[in-house]
Amino acid sequence: MTAVEQSPLTLPGATTPLLQLDRLTLGLRRGGREVRIVEDVDLTVGAGQRVGLVGESGSGKSLTLRAIAGLLPAGVEVLGGGIEYAGEDLLRMPAKRRRALAGPDIAMVFQEPMTALNPVMRVGDQIAEGPRRHLGLSKKAAADLAVQLMTRVGIPDPERRARAHPHELSGGLRQRIMIAMAVSCGPRLLLCDEPTTALDVTVQLQVLRLLEQLCADTGTALVFVTHDLAVVTQTCTDLSVMYAGHIVETGPVADTFTRPRHPYTRGLLESAPDFDHPDRVLVPIPGFPPNVADRPAGCPFAPRCGYVQPHCTEAPPPLAEVAPGREAACYETHRLGEELPA
Amino acid sequence: MLERLRFVPGRLLQAVPVIFGVTVVVFFMVHLLPGNPALAILGQTATEDRVAALNHQLGLDQPLWKQYFTFLGHLLTGDLGTSISYQRPVSELITTAIPVTLSLVVFALVLALVLSIPLAGIAAGRPGRGRDLAVRAFTLVGQGMPQFWVGIMLLLLLAVKAGAFPVGGYGETAGSHVYYLFLPALTLAIALSPQIIRSLRASTINVLGSDYVGTARSKGAAGISLFRGHVLRNAAIPTVSIVGVNLGYLVGGSLVIEKVFAIPGLGSLMINAIFSRDFPTIQAVALVVALFVVVVGILTDVVYTFLDPRVDLSAKERA
Amino acid sequence: MTTTAVATARRAARRPARSRSLRPWYRNGTLVTGLVIVGLLVLVAVLAPWLAPYDPVKQDLQSALQSPSGSHWLGTDKYGRDVLSRLIWGARVDLRVGFLAVLIPFVFGSVMGALAGYFGGWFDAVVMRVVDVFFAFPFYVLVIVLVFVLGAGEKSIYLAIAAVSWGSYAKILRGELLVAKKQDWVVAARLGGMSHARVLGRHITPNVLSQALIYGMSDIVMDILAIVTLGYLGLGIAPPTAEWGSMILDGQEFITTQWQQATIPGLAVVVTSLGLSFLGDGLSDQLSPGRRS
Repeated sequence: MTAVEQSPLTLPGATTPLLQLDRLTLGLRRGGREVRIVEDVDLTVGAGQRVGLVGESGSGKSLTLRAIAGLLPAGVEVLGGGIEYAGEDLLRMPAKRRRALAGPDIAMVFQEPMTALNPVMRVGDQIAEGPRRHLGLSKKAAADLAVQLMTRVGIPDPERRARAHPHELSGGLRQRIMIAMAVSCGPRLLLCDEPTTALDVTVQLQVLRLLEQLCADTGTALVFVTHDLAVVTQTCTDLSVMYAGHIVETGPVADTFTRPRHPYTRGLLESAPDFDHPDRVLVPIPGFPPNVADRPAGCPFAPRCGYVQPHCTEAPPPLAEVAPGREAACYETHRLGEELPA
Repeated sequence: MLERLRFVPGRLLQAVPVIFGVTVVVFFMVHLLPGNPALAILGQTATEDRVAALNHQLGLDQPLWKQYFTFLGHLLTGDLGTSISYQRPVSELITTAIPVTLSLVVFALVLALVLSIPLAGIAAGRPGRGRDLAVRAFTLVGQGMPQFWVGIMLLLLLAVKAGAFPVGGYGETAGSHVYYLFLPALTLAIALSPQIIRSLRASTINVLGSDYVGTARSKGAAGISLFRGHVLRNAAIPTVSIVGVNLGYLVGGSLVIEKVFAIPGLGSLMINAIFSRDFPTIQAVALVVALFVVVVGILTDVVYTFLDPRVDLSAKERA
Repeated sequence: MTTTAVATARRAARRPARSRSLRPWYRNGTLVTGLVIVGLLVLVAVLAPWLAPYDPVKQDLQSALQSPSGSHWLGTDKYGRDVLSRLIWGARVDLRVGFLAVLIPFVFGSVMGALAGYFGGWFDAVVMRVVDVFFAFPFYVLVIVLVFVLGAGEKSIYLAIAAVSWGSYAKILRGELLVAKKQDWVVAARLGGMSHARVLGRHITPNVLSQALIYGMSDIVMDILAIVTLGYLGLGIAPPTAEWGSMILDGQEFITTQWQQATIPGLAVVVTSLGLSFLGDGLSDQLSPGRRS
């Protein structure tokens, strides 16, 4: 039996993670030059683990996700590194094998359900498509499964709704359809690209709870891309922070939030409003993230960092373990906990 | 499902003033002739008595508006007049000619789609690359070729040189009709394809870049199943209007093609009527063709409604 | 009038440029190719009296139906006329008539469409209905009948084509005007007290004409195809004037023996259309990049 067919959770002492990104570098090739958008990204996701990938717009988090899903936009290539799923090389496997994984193993929930759903196809059929292709279900069986899934994700009156087209449903319902579609073949890894950003705040919480519950029930691993820290606390157990195409910090969510080990993470926390402490002064991070084309030579955060030292601009700090289960890419990580220089 | 067609009666109502306008144009087409139509029919050598008699017979001595209403009245009873050259009711001539032209047009449409859909798909698959450029070159050249000349070239290559197809005519049985209509239909298809390819290619490129195709790919769809299941129907939507508009142009083109291939349809009827100055027939054919275009327009909207569930044409009618 | 309104109106007087291509025209490959082809054709047409080796209408029955040879590069037709000379002189006719035929529908259609779009109301409704009536007739049906009714000849061709094609310009301009009149700078101009005429004439027109111009290029192609078709049907420019369409008609009789007589004039039309298409596409890229349908 290959590693793919046996769940790592049942293997005693299994060490093969479900998903492993190894120094992944993504970018464009422009006439002999390389423009790197995502650089040297390491990411490990174990079975059933829920990992958040946090960063602001332009940090490269969505692109990283798309690389895992095999949906890189035209022009963007893998410039270096690798992605392994349950020990198999995702980037070099034959296309047919990759397609066989899309659905039963790796599934994706997109950000904007209005454009991510086929406007001319009934939503029930769209949910049923995966099971028909991958699980070999008949049309009727797949349709029944679709209705069941719709009930599972909390859509009222599913038989009638299954015959609707996307534009007839509200944003929240559409996103639930997307989720139903994604879990329809029982994937082991669910990739979510800011699935709640386009939704009303009230609906966001419901959808997040749904995702959390689904993953907990089925043991599905989750990679959740977002720019919203609050969302991460809700759904994920672990977290990786991205800045300017690099991973700058990883660790369990709670610990990372109480004791950040990277200046950028600390800056994010200090600039984010917190309903539990409404009187806390918000401290914005000065400056702007660098343009993809002019990333600085050393640490990418150096120009905006309050802890910067001369050696920070020479070479980018590697992502290193700074405490058990915690990694940070910073030369000055030991100084976090100091007050920032005025 | 049928409730989606609620807009049709409204659309038909909207078509009425257009049809009226058409009858006016058709009527005045003939009366624009300088001089006397009767004289034109009989020729310069006719005697005054004969001219006056024909004048009276054709009702040409009535005031113009009265003539128009007589004309309209006849139309509503299905009387299209008597052909001057054949001395038979025009409606008879038209009813024999319509199926011929209709078969030609439908055949041409089918061939055009068979030609265009794969070519557009190939071009859209890798825009900017070799295959795309080849297809676009084909459309550019295709748009610049006179239709009748294409017909003559096909005749030359496939009928005269290769002897694979007949040089003209319509054939006797239903089966042989297809055989005889192939070259003319192909000619029309070549003329129609560039427009379809351009539109379909553009919308396919659009669709391929859309998010929902990304979703489909994340479910493992690819190749033909992706194309058929997700791309084609969405890409076809804007193209349907293009096809509908060009169908009218196609009928006009068939006029000339029928002459090239000696096909006994509306086109030949019209052309012969023109040369023999057979006014009733000219008017009748023009009218029938215009009606066809109007009907095609409504049918296009119907197809459009069924293709795109987001569209609700009935709602617009109320606005 | 407040100072702000005056200032806004003054700003409106400086017309905003529609997005133009950043590339200079001479770097636009399509445009240059089009210009070269059309330029060469126009040159040939203009220099016909000097380029053509023979008189295009002079008959020489003894030399009829000769194959291409040293003295007659493309052979002779059934009346002994040199095909090459007729081809060169035919360019004069077809190009001239093609270019001229666009003018009336362009002007008339654009004006009607612009007025319909700008003023709206009943005028708009009436104009659009009339356009619909004309559109109900397939292009060739109406052209053929009108030419027949008006009598064969150049003037009839202009009139028939004008009647059939003005509608497209009207629709284009109407669409453009509907969008343009809502633009802030137009509203500001009107607020500044400028009359409708001034706003339309000096401000809106230069911006919206480009679309009509681009369509006009493809319309020239359509017109040339129509003229050639009319010539083929015997309804075009009267013989013995050399014209590509009637040349194809003459040549069709001898398709088996002298196939080049029917083929070459058609190729000439194709080349002309290609040149004009490139010119039109290049112009479209130049004037409004990304807008080409």
